[in-house]
Amino acid sequence: MTADHLPQAASGDGCILEAREAALSFGETPALRGASVSVARGEILAVMGPSGSGKSTLLHCLAGILVPDSGEIWFAGRRIDTLQEQERSALRRDRFGFVFQFGQLVPELSAEENVALPLLLGGMRRTQAIAEARSWFERLGLDGMEHHRSGEMSGGQAQRVALARGLVARPEVLFADEPTGSLDSLTGELVMELLTAAARQQGTTVVLVTHEPRVAAYADREVIVRDGTVTALDRAAR
Amino acid sequence: MSVPLTLLGLLDREPSHGYDLKREYDSYFGRGKPLPFGQVYSTLGRLARDGKVLPGEVEPGAGPERKRYAITEVGRDEVETWLSQPIEPEPHLQTELFAKVVLSLMLGRSAELYLDVQRSAHLQRMRELTELKRNGAVVDALLADHSLFHLEADLRWIDLTAARLGVLAEVVRS
Repeated sequence: MTADHLPQAASGDGCILEAREAALSFGETPALRGASVSVARGEILAVMGPSGSGKSTLLHCLAGILVPDSGEIWFAGRRIDTLQEQERSALRRDRFGFVFQFGQLVPELSAEENVALPLLLGGMRRTQAIAEARSWFERLGLDGMEHHRSGEMSGGQAQRVALARGLVARPEVLFADEPTGSLDSLTGELVMELLTAAARQQGTTVVLVTHEPRVAAYADREVIVRDGTVTALDRAAR
Repeated sequence: MSVPLTLLGLLDREPSHGYDLKREYDSYFGRGKPLPFGQVYSTLGRLARDGKVLPGEVEPGAGPERKRYAITEVGRDEVETWLSQPIEPEPHLQTELFAKVVLSLMLGRSAELYLDVQRSAHLQRMRELTELKRNGAVVDALLADHSLFHLEADLRWIDLTAARLGVLAEVVRS
């Protein structure tokens, strides 16, 4: 089953992604306690909050990586938390992109192979996938790094490769979890500039988890997660 | 910021007319708050009186006063001392932010709600500054960064205070 065959339902106008009263516990520990948030198509949303507040768990639920114990997750007018793992996996592969704090590049692959990975997994021929991947290197200031492996790159270079990998398949939503967390201020700024410019150019919606206000300032708006809920002020303000 | 010392600093590069000094000051340091001509000339007058600058002869020509000012050794020493000393680190212990939190708690109002509103306002300003940085010149970016880091420091304080509201409420209500 592909990600295009999902249960249909109505959703808010312009809203591409939504959590409705999502709750999730890890064992006895509640991580989300009825978190609700909606993201407009093309919007860059910063999810902020103290450590352990549940912001990454919320991101994982929105991305279909985790399934909430109760509540609902909707994407493009379709409920996704009730899908089978295989269907959610297809959704993540075909419609979503991801960037994490430490890049998480595949060390055995070259930079261009890492970038091409989502295209290859989506069934694109290798030569075409590599060609598409290479087009990102100049754009992200990575000329000449195509054949480097992750161990041969600086943190900032590796994170830009990870960013290219997250965006190469032109996902509808990019999920970025502390994408500058391992970088110094200047490099983090560069990554955020590139991330927001590329996302806006492609019309990609971005859900950005960060605890850094200067990173959140690149977003269109922010929500605060506190004790597993999205604060009422932020929801009421929308 | 000290206008006399800044003008003196600009004169330390080369002698200059009051008009050019004003233009340079506005370009780098004015930022929406240009220096009035009157203040430029009165400041230069005081600096000349104190022996820190030397006014040249009035030059022929129309427009504003055509007099070139040059820095003296006394003025140069003052600039040197000023630039080598740190500014007073301001502890900001009695800010309005702090007062609003304490008073909210004393009056039984929601300090948490106030902090949320303040956080939102800070982040909105940070978004504007980030936009300015993206589209502006290097000088704009540098100034925006300075404000961004200070706003970020406020936000850290806001988050820490939000986490300590319970304890703080017990203290101010006792």
